[in-house]
Amino acid sequence: MVPTNYYLLLSAILFGLGIVGFVFKRNIIAIFMAIELMLNAVNLAFVAFSQALGKGDGEVFVLFVIVVAAAEATVGLGIIILTARNRRSLNVERVDLLKL
Amino acid sequence: MTGPLIIFLVLAALAVLGAVSLILQRHPIHSALSLIVVMVALAGLYLLMGAEFVAAVQIIVYGGAIMVLFVFVIMLLNAGVEERTNFSKLATYAGVPLAVAIAGLIAAAILKSSANLSTAGPNGALTSTKNLSMLLLREFVYPFELTSFLVLVAILGAIVLAQREN
Repeated sequence: MVPTNYYLLLSAILFGLGIVGFVFKRNIIAIFMAIELMLNAVNLAFVAFSQALGKGDGEVFVLFVIVVAAAEATVGLGIIILTARNRRSLNVERVDLLKL
Repeated sequence: MTGPLIIFLVLAALAVLGAVSLILQRHPIHSALSLIVVMVALAGLYLLMGAEFVAAVQIIVYGGAIMVLFVFVIMLLNAGVEERTNFSKLATYAGVPLAVAIAGLIAAAILKSSANLSTAGPNGALTSTKNLSMLLLREFVYPFELTSFLVLVAILGAIVLAQREN
């Protein structure tokens, strides 16, 4: 048996790494992947709590988070394709104006 | 060291290494492959905890569908190596310490509040797939139906965004 705390610590570490990636990456797709990493870290905490408390609610929430992440990925990547087409760059520092 | 603990440590190391690699790689396709490593390691951890349905969904939806979408977009845009630009002074000196501080803060809060939780492991019937589907289609049936609207809106949004203006 693995203590629940270990899972929660791993979740916190992955979330911290996601924040670091979100802040430091310059490529807009890589920033988006850092967001997915943070969502995964939260999912790990949900499942760990769900198993520790012996209730299924946490796992249901994880399924909802995965659905929302899929919807977010479709719309977000659509927006990324549009910005890349209009600005000819994936660097977020070049995307600093709302209007071209 | 028991068997599950060794498996946990291996998978946890794999996940953290994948996450670090995601940040350090400069080509987006390498970052995407690192993210797939993280997701597969997390699916292994879910299996270790006894959440087999979540593990399967993690592999199929995250490792399969979402990451294929990412790789498609990277190849469609012909994304190259990330440009290096100068960080602001604040980010250079305060960025990493602040990120470590927030991870430490979260970890400290978790450890403090979960002191009475003993172990996570397969609890058998308590969270089996049957039980999960009962919960999903009885207690959580309204949120479940609402997600279908969410996915519909996402499909419509993607179509509207991706079409070329004439």
